[in-house]
Amino acid sequence: MRRPLAVVAVVTGVLLGISALYRAFNPGNADGYLPQSPSEVLETVPARKTDALSQRIERLQEALRQNPAALDAAVELARLWVEEGRARGDPRMLGYAQAALSPWWELPSPPEEVLLLRATLKQSLHHFEESLQDLDLLLKGNPQNGQAWLTRAVVQTVLGDYAQAEASCQPLFGLAGNLVATVCLTNAQSLHGQAKASYRRLELALRQAPEYLSLSERSWALSTLADAAARAGDLDAAEGYLERAVALDPGSHFLRAAIADLLLDAHRPAEVLTLLGEDRQDDALLLRRVLAEIALGKSSPDSDALRERYQASHQRGDSLHRREEARFVLGVEHDIARALDLARENWKVQREPWDARILLAAALANKSREAAAPVLESLKKNHTEDPVLLGLARQVEVLAQ
Amino acid sequence: MRSALGLLTGALGLALCFVGGPAQAHKPSDSYLTLLERSGGIDLRWDLALRDLDHALRLDADGDGSLTWGEVQAAEARVGPYLQSRLQVTRGAAPCSPSQWSWAITQHSDGSYLVARTALACGADGPLEVRYGLFFDVDPLHRGILHAERDGAAQTYIFSTANRAVSLALGRQSPWAHFSRTVATGVDHIWSGIDHLLFLFALLLPAVLRRERHDWVGQTGLKPSLADVLRIVTAFTLAHSISLSLAAFGWVSLPSRFVESAIAASIVVAALNNLFPVLSTSRWTAAFCLGILHGFAFSTTLRDLALPTANRLVTLLGFNLGVELGQLCAVAVFVPLAFLLRNTVFYRRWVLIGGSLLTLVLALVWLTERSLKLKLMPF
Repeated sequence: MRRPLAVVAVVTGVLLGISALYRAFNPGNADGYLPQSPSEVLETVPARKTDALSQRIERLQEALRQNPAALDAAVELARLWVEEGRARGDPRMLGYAQAALSPWWELPSPPEEVLLLRATLKQSLHHFEESLQDLDLLLKGNPQNGQAWLTRAVVQTVLGDYAQAEASCQPLFGLAGNLVATVCLTNAQSLHGQAKASYRRLELALRQAPEYLSLSERSWALSTLADAAARAGDLDAAEGYLERAVALDPGSHFLRAAIADLLLDAHRPAEVLTLLGEDRQDDALLLRRVLAEIALGKSSPDSDALRERYQASHQRGDSLHRREEARFVLGVEHDIARALDLARENWKVQREPWDARILLAAALANKSREAAAPVLESLKKNHTEDPVLLGLARQVEVLAQ
Repeated sequence: MRSALGLLTGALGLALCFVGGPAQAHKPSDSYLTLLERSGGIDLRWDLALRDLDHALRLDADGDGSLTWGEVQAAEARVGPYLQSRLQVTRGAAPCSPSQWSWAITQHSDGSYLVARTALACGADGPLEVRYGLFFDVDPLHRGILHAERDGAAQTYIFSTANRAVSLALGRQSPWAHFSRTVATGVDHIWSGIDHLLFLFALLLPAVLRRERHDWVGQTGLKPSLADVLRIVTAFTLAHSISLSLAAFGWVSLPSRFVESAIAASIVVAALNNLFPVLSTSRWTAAFCLGILHGFAFSTTLRDLALPTANRLVTLLGFNLGVELGQLCAVAVFVPLAFLLRNTVFYRRWVLIGGSLLTLVLALVWLTERSLKLKLMPF
């Protein structure tokens, strides 16, 4: 300490050294960089030469380039993009689907196939009312369209209109077979005061289901059954059904997110990390990873990436992630006021159990019974039996006194 | 999912993944367009997702699913004209034409992006009009996020299929208004993030005292106290101004988590030194060394504020001046009070020891929070 200038020089030198190292290892700075070698792989894109689906898409796109008004090719292409986009949770592909349908997109009453795809895409963008309008229009023209009834029931469930959803499921008994109709119906009923009875009915229906059920039908039924089991309070059974579902459909991000949520609730965060592996592309799964890391008391560098992605979505004016973002802001950022804002805005748009749950949790963190009032009312109105929701609701009710 | 879909049969004819499932787990397609107006023309920077460019222009020439830098370079001759055909910029009703494009790669939160840069030459002066039509034909959910700047005034706009053109009302903001705004930002920053002030106070607390036989006693006169304060404040100011400038111009950079943690550590050191004085001979050295760290943190703030990058020097000067002003106010209130109280037991025991202890605890919590990314305190 006798030579302060020497100390200053050393410290400055060390910091400059760290800076140089940091820049050397983080070439992706904001100004951009030139990759070292032409063989450096910058991005993974669909493999058009080797991947069968990509080739099919290529052929359809070529057909549409020749004749953009070819309805069959356009519908098939849009359908492929929707399936792929929903399976991967990738909104770009939903945009590609819409592009394929562009000659019909703005028509007030396009062909039936286009209406169905348009309704599905609008549902994905959380334009639920517009989606229902398209479905109603379609069903007016063709009440025999089972897929339209099913999608309608799903949208109505998301909006919390369980009675209407149950009505939309009824025609499926004649159109789509017993199992699909039962899954549709019991899902709505288990949210609507019949948790235990609908759980038993669905279990029975699945046991009696014919052998020739497709894998995706079976996996869908199992994941619905898992939800019903959880709502009836049987968490072990729920986990078992989800495990069976994911065994049938190992690539499904949706199922893995559901299992991760179950494990997080059961305070088994280490298993979440095993389940999720190294995939960091999917925001929904990344959120579960961050929550698990925090539960383990680990530092989570992934939370920065997640925060950036939410910011990017705000920048483009999107609000599709409010439910997940509210969970992130509450559980990771601990910004309870903002979490409550997000949860409230989200509740205006969608009303699934998780939407109720995040609003209750945010209201509880803010010690505000008033903020939770719309959810409390909806729980009462629908005779909700979900033990997690009821537990939170009880804690919120206690706040008032 | 794909294999399961292939097997899908049954009465519905359509896929079950049409119902329910995760909404959107990835970021949709966005491009980021930045226009910086200068007197001669406009500097344009456009960040485009390689995935989007590949979808529109088939950049992956060998179709193996791995897009390489070589494939991107090979396509540059196609990308330039394509971009030009999708963007029209006019100023004062006269079209602005691009010169040579230059290319680089950057990372956004969802993957690799191509950075396309060019300078636009405009025939006339006047209001700027931008017409944007990139990717809408292949992905109607695409958005173009525009950030435009002129003389320190900034404007953002989101292009979508429904909003394809914008007239920018970038009024000429007086340089003075811009400068005073950045000064206010600086003052605001130093007062809202209490860690910088806490560090300074930890260093200044003993300035009105001196060590005598392992004990603190009050300084005899104002002069040695003021000299000490002056040395510390100057060293701190000089250091963080230097690192702020270097970082603001992008010449050096440090990971923000490291900086934030190191700042917390710097406060720990300063508080510990008050309790167990070992560095007593030159606290200004500590002020300088650790001040460099604080400058890096200021630069992060400056960047996050997304202040216009034009007049960067003015912005930097204003922000720094604001920081110094805010800091000076705090010092001006603290020093006379501390000087008056310096001979009291209250100051030596409660303010110096108690205050340093409190600071130490707070800084330790910050250090834990920042280095381990935990959240222990509500602020």
